[in-house]
Amino acid sequence: MSNIPEQLRYAVSHEWIKVEGAVGTVGITDHAQHELSDVVYVDLPKVGAQAAAGSTIAVIESVKAASDIYSPVSGEVVEVNGDLVKKPELVNKDPYNAAWLFRIKLSNPSEIDALKDAAGYKALIGE
Amino acid sequence: MTDPANLQKTALFAAHQKLGARLVDFGGWNMPVQYAGILEEHKAVREAAGVFDISHMGEFFCDSHFGKSFLNQLLTNDVEKLSVGQGQYTLMLNEQGGVIDDLIIYRLPKDQYFLVVNASKIDEDRAWMEKKTPTGVSFSDQSGAYSAVALQGPKALEIARAFLGAGWTEPKRNEITSYSWNCQEILAARTGYTGEDGIELFFKNEIAENFFFALLEAGKPFGLKPCGLGARDTLRLEACLPLNGNDLSDKRTPLEAGLGIFVSLTKEANFPGKDVLLRQKTEGPQEKLVAFRLKDKGPPPRPHYLLFQGAAQVGEATSGAPSPTLGYGIGLAYVRTDCAAPGTELDLEVRGTRVPVEVVKKPFYKRAG
Repeated sequence: MSNIPEQLRYAVSHEWIKVEGAVGTVGITDHAQHELSDVVYVDLPKVGAQAAAGSTIAVIESVKAASDIYSPVSGEVVEVNGDLVKKPELVNKDPYNAAWLFRIKLSNPSEIDALKDAAGYKALIGE
Repeated sequence: MTDPANLQKTALFAAHQKLGARLVDFGGWNMPVQYAGILEEHKAVREAAGVFDISHMGEFFCDSHFGKSFLNQLLTNDVEKLSVGQGQYTLMLNEQGGVIDDLIIYRLPKDQYFLVVNASKIDEDRAWMEKKTPTGVSFSDQSGAYSAVALQGPKALEIARAFLGAGWTEPKRNEITSYSWNCQEILAARTGYTGEDGIELFFKNEIAENFFFALLEAGKPFGLKPCGLGARDTLRLEACLPLNGNDLSDKRTPLEAGLGIFVSLTKEANFPGKDVLLRQKTEGPQEKLVAFRLKDKGPPPRPHYLLFQGAAQVGEATSGAPSPTLGYGIGLAYVRTDCAAPGTELDLEVRGTRVPVEVVKKPFYKRAG
């Protein structure tokens, strides 16, 4: 049984977003980190990068493979989590807090409506 | 992606499920990639011990009376050097000197040779050998009847002694001994693919599950863990042991791969590719398999990533992974011979970005003592 916080929204590609005003904080879910297993490297976007909803924004490498991470919303990256450079394993240990990946200024807040809520994500992953 | 129902299973499949293994398609076999996790399993093998299911590998037997000269004309290493109870790493080449398979050949008592070949090459190896077997030599593929496990790590021998008991004759490095466990014959070879000391144990399928669980139980007090193919790959890469299909292929000779010590060009027996290798030894290979590492923190190398010196592409990676023991990315690559010296600085292209790497001496990791 994975952890699926109620207050977040979820993409079908297993990213979560916490929206506060015009800015969203994005990471990957507990289910996703469990599927990846040991994370060894995180390739984050540059501050200022423009993202389109559903486009590849980051790469998370586990021991065996590199996995694309998709931005759940469109906008401009305003901050990235530098802690993940030294401690990529935080993605496995604390996917919803310490291992946030980046913050993005939403250019189209209505895109949030297309994302799943906790119950919807739970159903998606069959739990 | 193959339907799991169509994948082959070893006799330990039910055991893997009971242990909660994550199972994947490995060359048509349904095998554990990990149990507790690759990093944890890798650490267990370096610090205590791990046991791997290697039942998918192939086991061939060949009578030695007439078989010796047949095998010496088939394989690169000198079979004449093997006394009873000894094994050697060797290669089987095609006429162009490319590698069909790398394997270990052991000389067993009672006039038999025992060959352990890669799982992905069982059918190809058998077909190649059957075409060349002279009359009077009996050779058989017993892969379907045999299971095997690799027990590896600094505590492996202690565990083997505790588990197999006082009657077991411990083989020395590269040696093989026969042992009776619950009235069943076990072949125990002091060989492995992790860079640690250890034993590879071969036995009939019927006892596999009992043997495996009994071994895990006996090893528990020593810290023995079941380990999957994920850790097997990171361990062998740290030890610079080549993987057929990645670092070895039918387009590369053993000399390019740096395996010249396992090729006897001076033995009388002629083997496929010998003439090609003799020429290549004189001229020197154009490309060589080198070990390289990331200079700083960065993304791990992966197979097929390209290597550059300035603007020129000088090589391509064949293996790559994060090194759990060393803490940086490592890989193997064929590069132009003039870029192969340890200390050479190159760039690795990762997702369009160039990352600095350095050619280093092999192996990345060598166990103490």
